[in-house]
Amino acid sequence: MTDRYTITEASVGSLLDAIAKSGRRVLGPKKIAERIEITEIKTAADLAKDGQSTVSAKGTVFPKVERLLKYRFEGKNVALEDVEPNAQPTVLLGIRPCEARSFAALDVVFNWDYKDKFFNARLANTTVVAISCTKAQGDDACFCTSVGSRPDDTQGSDILLSPLTLGGFVAQVLTDKGKALVALAKDAFQPLVGEAAVVPPASVAPAFDAKALQQKLAAKFDSPLWAEQSLRCIGCGACAFVCPTCVCFDIQDEADTRQGQRLRAWDSCGMRMFTLHASGHNPRDKQSQRWRQRVYHKFAYYPERFNTLGCVGCGKCSRACPVDMNLKQHLAEAAE
Amino acid sequence: MEELRNKAKELLAVGAVKVVIGYGKGTGDSRRPIFVRSAERANDLVVDAACTQNLATYLTKAEVRALGRMAIVAIPSTLRSILQLAAEKQLREENVLALGILDGKLRELATFDAIEEAVATIPDAISDADQKLIDKLTAMSVTDRRAFWAEELGRCVKCYACRSSCPMCYCERCTMDCNRPQWIPVASHAIGNLEYHMVRAMHLAGRCVQCGTCGTACPVGIPVHLLTFFAEQSVRRQFGQKGGASAKLDYAMSTFKPDDKETFIR
Repeated sequence: MTDRYTITEASVGSLLDAIAKSGRRVLGPKKIAERIEITEIKTAADLAKDGQSTVSAKGTVFPKVERLLKYRFEGKNVALEDVEPNAQPTVLLGIRPCEARSFAALDVVFNWDYKDKFFNARLANTTVVAISCTKAQGDDACFCTSVGSRPDDTQGSDILLSPLTLGGFVAQVLTDKGKALVALAKDAFQPLVGEAAVVPPASVAPAFDAKALQQKLAAKFDSPLWAEQSLRCIGCGACAFVCPTCVCFDIQDEADTRQGQRLRAWDSCGMRMFTLHASGHNPRDKQSQRWRQRVYHKFAYYPERFNTLGCVGCGKCSRACPVDMNLKQHLAEAAE
Repeated sequence: MEELRNKAKELLAVGAVKVVIGYGKGTGDSRRPIFVRSAERANDLVVDAACTQNLATYLTKAEVRALGRMAIVAIPSTLRSILQLAAEKQLREENVLALGILDGKLRELATFDAIEEAVATIPDAISDADQKLIDKLTAMSVTDRRAFWAEELGRCVKCYACRSSCPMCYCERCTMDCNRPQWIPVASHAIGNLEYHMVRAMHLAGRCVQCGTCGTACPVGIPVHLLTFFAEQSVRRQFGQKGGASAKLDYAMSTFKPDDKETFIR
């Protein structure tokens, strides 16, 4: 039984104050110009109430650039210096349930065999307060219900807020981290007595069956479908870099003659350089092979290896794509 | 629209072209690039005000070229791109047929000369929003302008959507991808982002056809197209050359002329 509270619109401000006082930063979706960015939330008015951020909240636990170590050249020796994760205590407030769920898909890779201290330190210091979706995001990109989720999914959230018909939210407190947040701002959370009238969750019609898709993919590796779908793909990394679950990274050394640093930076399998060998050979020389890899990684290899999908159906990739590669539509085609 | 569909049908039916690169229905009300390879599919082609993306980037994509002779539905910036690609020896006249959409009317342009003639009559069309921002930036001090771009480029994730969508960024091996030595830092930190966008702007100086597709492609809304607009206009001012005006350009930034106005080279 989860703890349930109500929180009024007006008390969101006092919640923010309480979080700030505790030394945590609050990140969340904020409308800036035409976009929604995941950025610092200072007042309740900053928070975008609906819509999807362009770039996911992934950077909170897996930043686009992160320093892993430093080194100095000392004569013939190299002196290594460990870098500790800069894991600021953070509350992610107001992200969508699909994004809250995405951290699990990152976790399986960052803790596959090697336990990544940077990711883990950041995740341990992050409390996730998602808001369930009460209306479709106004486009044909979302498909959470096709990947085993729903607009009011609680998975991955420490607290899930569901809007009430009369304003304010019901807060379902799901984890100890969530409880700790409630304890911080007791005045903002009023215990829920009886039932509350929540706004019905968004209706997102399923577009395909993920299990059936996985089975189809087993026989479709050599299908002409991938070349057909990807003919318009221009091979940029927009899809991967807005994606909440894309986990691939590049390791780069930046050094001069005296010292250097090793960085981890986001990478994308859609780019030609991703698999280019030093010999000049490229096992994924064509865009169709790279596009297929993107689909298979998320919908075939992930379930095979981790028993979970590498996609939460947020649709950010489809919205960000400069040439309208609509993942939902392409997956529905593949599942036929 | 019917005119275009009929023309596409005819071209594909007789085998005059193997593919018509055009616009089709996309997600919601949007338009997306489509590649019509049979007369039966010609009705998938759409022409309307939402067709604003410059499709010329596909003229150098290997997978599209491999299909055979191409026809391309061409808005004015696409026509300029064809000329610039031709000037840079990236496109042969016999490999491409432009189906110009000019003032809503179809104009079949089979030769570079015909395209040049058509392009000469089209006025530059920088949007009001872009012009306003250009004016604002021009009026800024260098310090303010630097701060403006530092903030904008702070959002860059180095997805290279600008590069990939640009018809003039056709290099098989981009400077960004050269790693021995690594000229430009790969990581998307402040220096990596700034150097990338500066190099891209410099490489497009005088070559940018001002389609703005890179700016539209940017998922995080950085007006990167203004950087290449500036660089193009600078070359135009100094050398009287305009990106995408001619198929026989001797490019100012790479051509030596004894009467160059600069003396350092002599």
